[in-house]
Amino acid sequence: MAAPGTRARRVSAAVLPPLLFAVFVLGVWQLYTVIGDIKESTLPPPTAVAEALWNDRTMLLENAWVTIKEILIGFFFAIILGVGLAVLIRSSRTVERAIYPWLVVSQMVPIPAIAPLLIIWFGFEMQPKIIVIMLVSFFPIAVNTIDGLRAAEPELLNLLKTLKANKWQRFRKAQLPAALPFLFSGLKVAAALSVIGAVFAEWVGASEGLGYLILVLNNQTATTEMFAVIVTLASIGIALFLIVTLLERLLLPWYYESRESEGEGLHLEIEDKV
Amino acid sequence: MQAGSKLRIEGLSKTYRGTGGGENVTALKDVGIEIGAGEFVSIVGPSGCGKSTLFNIIAGLIRPSGGKVLLDGRQPDELLGSVGYMPQRDCLMPWRTVLDNTTLGLELNGVRKKEAHKQALAEFERFGLSGFEKHWPAKLSGGMKQRAALLRTFLAGRDVMLLDEPFGALDALTRANMQQWLLDVWQEDRKTILFVTHDVEEAIYLSDRVYVMSGRPGRVSLDIEVSLSRPRKPEITMSPEFLLLKQKLLRPLEEAAAGGGLFVDDRPTLEEQL
Repeated sequence: MAAPGTRARRVSAAVLPPLLFAVFVLGVWQLYTVIGDIKESTLPPPTAVAEALWNDRTMLLENAWVTIKEILIGFFFAIILGVGLAVLIRSSRTVERAIYPWLVVSQMVPIPAIAPLLIIWFGFEMQPKIIVIMLVSFFPIAVNTIDGLRAAEPELLNLLKTLKANKWQRFRKAQLPAALPFLFSGLKVAAALSVIGAVFAEWVGASEGLGYLILVLNNQTATTEMFAVIVTLASIGIALFLIVTLLERLLLPWYYESRESEGEGLHLEIEDKV
Repeated sequence: MQAGSKLRIEGLSKTYRGTGGGENVTALKDVGIEIGAGEFVSIVGPSGCGKSTLFNIIAGLIRPSGGKVLLDGRQPDELLGSVGYMPQRDCLMPWRTVLDNTTLGLELNGVRKKEAHKQALAEFERFGLSGFEKHWPAKLSGGMKQRAALLRTFLAGRDVMLLDEPFGALDALTRANMQQWLLDVWQEDRKTILFVTHDVEEAIYLSDRVYVMSGRPGRVSLDIEVSLSRPRKPEITMSPEFLLLKQKLLRPLEEAAAGGGLFVDDRPTLEEQL
């Protein structure tokens, strides 16, 4: 409903500051490497990294595709496992008491340390990587969804009972939609973790992928190319995060719009005082 | 009283078993209430007098320890779902539009979406919600939220409606408007309404009969017919009859507040003043 002019202004207000900040940081970095005469194998200037990104694009894309596949499949199973556990835990108090502590304990186990075991069990194929990614990213999904399934107002559930809603209808119509914003918070954290999981998994045993590429380049002290891989990995993480955010806005317009109006009011108030 | 009562409560009591060796708590003791078809009856009482327990029992959400709830002179097989219930908070689902919120009861009755929308839209004007069909509840004012919640209760189609302090959280002006509006709507439909409030004036203004409850254990301490003529206008609250009723009702409430009859009011009564 906002006028196109204000909308454009709002977008530029959101995009411009971080963009300018990035340009500033890259500029300082470039100057530092040039003026300080830093060796490229120690810290390459941003322009050299950009060059490597372009020159090695085929190699980067081929390996990125392998890692992206692992991440997407691992992320998918993390959602299944996280949401599944959350629903199971919320289904009965006994189950909650039995499982919840172990859920927390499972996060005390350093996943990278058990990655070699997974290689022994499942070999060098995709399976162990998917399992590592799933294990590092299911936890925030599970914990947030558990909280979310508690979020429906008790009065609303009572109201549904008086309208003759059965247990399944109460879940479908109240508990599930109330949990969705929480689920998406978990997904955003999990998106970042899944990229870390993929790199770890590939370090332990892989013959392709961006994590594997870092190991190979490290052996050759090809620092500039390593930076190119890091930029690619970060882009994958950012893209995944943006996809989750976009899905959230599409699937939960009510959440986004209700929050937006509250947030606006708050900002205005603060600005008025300043 | 006459046999044709719509809702009749006889000797209702509720005792909560004390947890961990604690004492039992008697929330309700021998409560009797009677409402004729199409009557508007209010219950006033201080917080902790068992109003909520009483409501939850009538709504079928909790079972009484003793006594009966009769609908149309007989005990229904299942109380849950037999009466309309509007909890204190609006409990609108933030993920549904205003229109989809109001049709919740119809939807659970198995009415098709198109037909449910048609029925709801026919009432939007009367409930002052026109133009807000597609809005999220977060965008509504407090009064509108309550009207939407009331429409949801109306459309669920039960003969008897329990309204638990629906205007408790509204500012004085909105509250007065809502009372007037509720009277108009009730006048047209003549549903049977049991209304809980802690505002004595509100109870008198709206009701055919007012029950006063006092706490610990919760029981009916007074039962007064309000014979003010209808339709009522706000000016009526200034009439001597109204003030007389108000004083009659306030007395047991003040006694309850002062700790169960120990409080001696030596101020002249209104009758004496007149």
